[in-house]
Amino acid sequence: MSTTLLRSFIFRSALRASASASSRKAGLAGTTFVRGKATLPDLPYDYGALEPAISGKIMELHHSKHHNTYVTSFNNATEQMAEARQKEDIQTQIALQPLINFHGGGHINHTLFWENLAPTSQGGGEPPTGGLSKAINDSYGSLDAMKEKFNAALAGIQGSGWAWLVQDTQTGNVIIKTYANQDPVVGQFRPLLGIDAWEHAYYLQYQNRKAEYFNAVWDVINWKAAEKRFK
Amino acid sequence: MQGATYSLPPLPYAYNALEPHISAQIMELHHSKHHQTYITNLNAALKSQQEAIQTADIPTQVSLQPGIKFNAGGHINHSLFWQNLCPANSSDAKPSSAPKLVEKIKATWGDETKFREAFKTALLGIQGSGWGWLVKVEGGKEDRLVIMTTKDQDPVVGKGEIPVFGVDMWEHAYYLQYLNGKAAYVENIWNVINWKTAEERYLGSRADAFKVLKASM
Ligand SMILES: [Fe+2]
Ligand SMILES: [Fe+2]
Repeated sequence: MSTTLLRSFIFRSALRASASASSRKAGLAGTTFVRGKATLPDLPYDYGALEPAISGKIMELHHSKHHNTYVTSFNNATEQMAEARQKEDIQTQIALQPLINFHGGGHINHTLFWENLAPTSQGGGEPPTGGLSKAINDSYGSLDAMKEKFNAALAGIQGSGWAWLVQDTQTGNVIIKTYANQDPVVGQFRPLLGIDAWEHAYYLQYQNRKAEYFNAVWDVINWKAAEKRFK
Repeated sequence: MQGATYSLPPLPYAYNALEPHISAQIMELHHSKHHQTYITNLNAALKSQQEAIQTADIPTQVSLQPGIKFNAGGHINHSLFWQNLCPANSSDAKPSSAPKLVEKIKATWGDETKFREAFKTALLGIQGSGWGWLVKVEGGKEDRLVIMTTKDQDPVVGKGEIPVFGVDMWEHAYYLQYLNGKAAYVENIWNVINWKTAEERYLGSRADAFKVLKASM
């Protein structure tokens, strides 16, 4: 193992030890590591807790199978990446990048998604307050107007992908952006709230009627999580 | 000038005819809802395009292009897909119905098993929605066979490319039956590949492969 890699392993282990107490609070803290490996975070509610908006069957498959596959595949790809680095094999490092983006993105996106959902009994669907509420009104006029635009963005995704309410780190404005496949929200934009528009996110319950899913999901949006991400 | 309007081509078999490999529920939704939606949206986009052409509105014409590509691709891909499937008990479902194509597959990949492995690897490697295709590429010293994947609804329409058969790798194509087990779907689809159609497309021209589209205008 290279010294850089070893250092990052130690760093992550230390990070985990110090952050574990507060790891479920906000942001990406739920993306925990065990000895440098990504692990599937526990859901902060039961699989059936988001019904009727999202069925327990969907939640169970989505979390325990789909998300878990991203975690496993991301760990495989990072392991291969570490080997390629050690061998100074640049071709392999480049070849692995799409896999890191896809599976790492899948892990990040789903982790954020679980956190920005909540059963209605735990505040799901309660509108945002404070700075985030003001920023939404500034950009879209009202929460309802934003939701309408957001649903149009979701419906317009051609293939698999996500729609996000993001904050532009340059201007501070909140805007709606769509991302293809598992492309994560990184760089200039900060993710506040994401909705999974892959067919696996709704098909067992809504089949081709995806607009119904996009309408229903707002009943279980955890705006408190979005507020914590907003700066 | 009146533009073309497309309609849903009828399935060449019953919704339950591909069971147990593809369930009747999947086939019905896939054909009557998903494919129909691509056609509806394509017709609407083409109508808007006609209007934009008549009014020499170039920005609108350009802005309509992604929607036309996506929905026309969806119509093309699904039309080809239905035709390159058939019931498992049909003689068309046997590779022996495609002697010339199988010969070329063996010459290209060594044997059928290696070809199926390569095809499966390509399909399972798609990151997101898309399609896997066996494609004949014309030109050069002799025609070649290649495995291609296309993202979302991108159709196989490159120069000299003739789609031989395609497999839909969108989750709607298998999820109700196979859930997250897409490898099993890719495994089972071989039971319902229409090799007779594949042979015809392999031996024919591009216009032959796409004739189903003309029939649904
Ligand atoms: Fe997902
Ligand atoms: Fe499809």
